[in-house]
Amino acid sequence: MSRRLKGVLFRGLLLFSLLVGFSMLIVLLVDVFRDGLPYLDMALLTNPPSSDPEIAGARPAILATLYMGILLLIFVVPLGVGTALYLEEYADKTRWYNRLLEINIQNLAAVPSIVYGILGLAFLVRGLGLGRVLLAGAMILTLLVLPTVIIAAREAIRSVPDSIRQGAYALGATQWQVVSRQVLPAAIPGIATGSILALARAIGETAPLILIGAVTYISFDPTILGPFTALPIQIYSFLRLPQEEFKLLAAASIIVLLVILLTLNAFAIYIRNKYRRTW
Amino acid sequence: MAASDITAGAEPRLRAQRRRFGEDVVKGLLFVCALISVATTVGIVIALFIPAFEFFQEVSIIDFLTGTTWAPLFEPAHFGVLPLIGGTLLVTLIASMVAMPLGLGAAIYLSEYASPRARGILKPALETLAGIPTIVFGYFALTFMTALLRDIGIEVDIFNTLSAGLVMGVMLMPIIASLSEDAMGAVPRELRDGAYALGSTKVQVATRIVVPAAVSGIIASFVLAISRAVGETMIVLVAMGQQPKLTFDPREAAEAMTAFIAATGAGDVPTGSIEYKTIFAVGATLFVLTLVMNVFAIRLVRKYREVYE
Repeated sequence: MSRRLKGVLFRGLLLFSLLVGFSMLIVLLVDVFRDGLPYLDMALLTNPPSSDPEIAGARPAILATLYMGILLLIFVVPLGVGTALYLEEYADKTRWYNRLLEINIQNLAAVPSIVYGILGLAFLVRGLGLGRVLLAGAMILTLLVLPTVIIAAREAIRSVPDSIRQGAYALGATQWQVVSRQVLPAAIPGIATGSILALARAIGETAPLILIGAVTYISFDPTILGPFTALPIQIYSFLRLPQEEFKLLAAASIIVLLVILLTLNAFAIYIRNKYRRTW
Repeated sequence: MAASDITAGAEPRLRAQRRRFGEDVVKGLLFVCALISVATTVGIVIALFIPAFEFFQEVSIIDFLTGTTWAPLFEPAHFGVLPLIGGTLLVTLIASMVAMPLGLGAAIYLSEYASPRARGILKPALETLAGIPTIVFGYFALTFMTALLRDIGIEVDIFNTLSAGLVMGVMLMPIIASLSEDAMGAVPRELRDGAYALGSTKVQVATRIVVPAAVSGIIASFVLAISRAVGETMIVLVAMGQQPKLTFDPREAAEAMTAFIAATGAGDVPTGSIEYKTIFAVGATLFVLTLVMNVFAIRLVRKYREVYE
């Protein structure tokens, strides 16, 4: 075979690999939209689940996902930024415990999400006796995406040039003044982007919430300390029902979920591009 | 006074004259934030291994690891985990056979053939595929892939390992593509230029220079993808079924470890019962499996970083 022909074939094979990925993405979206669009109406957004697919909706699940998202941000942003500031600005990298912290965060980022569900079941739901409540779900999702937020915040903090810190020190600022008035404001766009992406990931998570006990029939609006179900769990619950109509209802709920995630992602990209700074 | 210190010939004092307690408090608070992640790890280990230890006092660890029947609710109960591990391995194998060649191919294209502009668009677009929630992939496997397989003449059950594995492969492909492309991007240009100067074609540069030079990063991406496949829950729960049996036929239903944990944990299992403890015994097995793979992959990534940066 000539070298030229080989080159063309090889390139075609590579392009094919890439195209399979993209065509699957398109097929998946077309499949979901074709099944779900007829069922995507106001009833889905405003009605509670029901045994009648014509009037069944996902209102409690959508509300719970919204509440959990807000709680998650309240928990995860301070914890993630605090850890990142400690590791980047304060920690002495030669100390063994600081190296252990870093390795620990890397490993946590790769622990399967269902294991976090087991943690939540054992400690929050049963151990603390919190029960199968929305707050427990939000706390477990916080721990799940905390490593992601830490890693993003560290990168944002690291990209602030040292000259800014040194300038502030030269003017007599203390370390916390440098960090809080110079470093942190400069790192906010990166931190915001990372936090929104982490939020998007958490909202799509199903497995840990199953163990927290979100697979229940909830027909009323959720409260923070009450039983709950979340949007991905509602999709799972619809899928488990035998009637074909509920599969289509699941597809419609998937559209709602994807629209929420797409909005979050677009928002994150917007922030990143708008506030991007080159030093 | 600082000036008198200097005239006296002493070192100038760079330390604060008096301790600022506010600064110490802030540092302490930030350290406490960092400790949360350590507490999470400790919590996971305690949550998994104490009930798992209690489980192994009732069930012999040999029977658990070598038994071929998983029937915790039957009388007499059987606690052989091999059917669950077998289900996980089979679905992981199918997913790997899809994701590894496609991911590697896409990575080589992005790194060696695509223009920087095209790469800037294609790579994030591919990564959106990795951002789709796994429950959506589960839906896709159950409603679309199974029907597609039947249409092309493969007699699969409603719940089957093949659909779950194929869709999981699609899900993992962007992860491999993205991480491998990172590794290939770190290969210095001089290596490519040297090969071209010796008369190599683009194919030869890609397959004999770039891929071997980036091999530790590529393997790391494979290992991370396998680890994700082993820990993935929703696709296998929705599409693969909940029938623990030791089978190598991907057209049949089976049960993966994660699916068992989710299905059992979703019910109201009484705390302290043997059934409750099985969640933790299987969970501990899963945790150890994925941890070993992750540590291996993180080491590999660090190794190739040291070589080229």
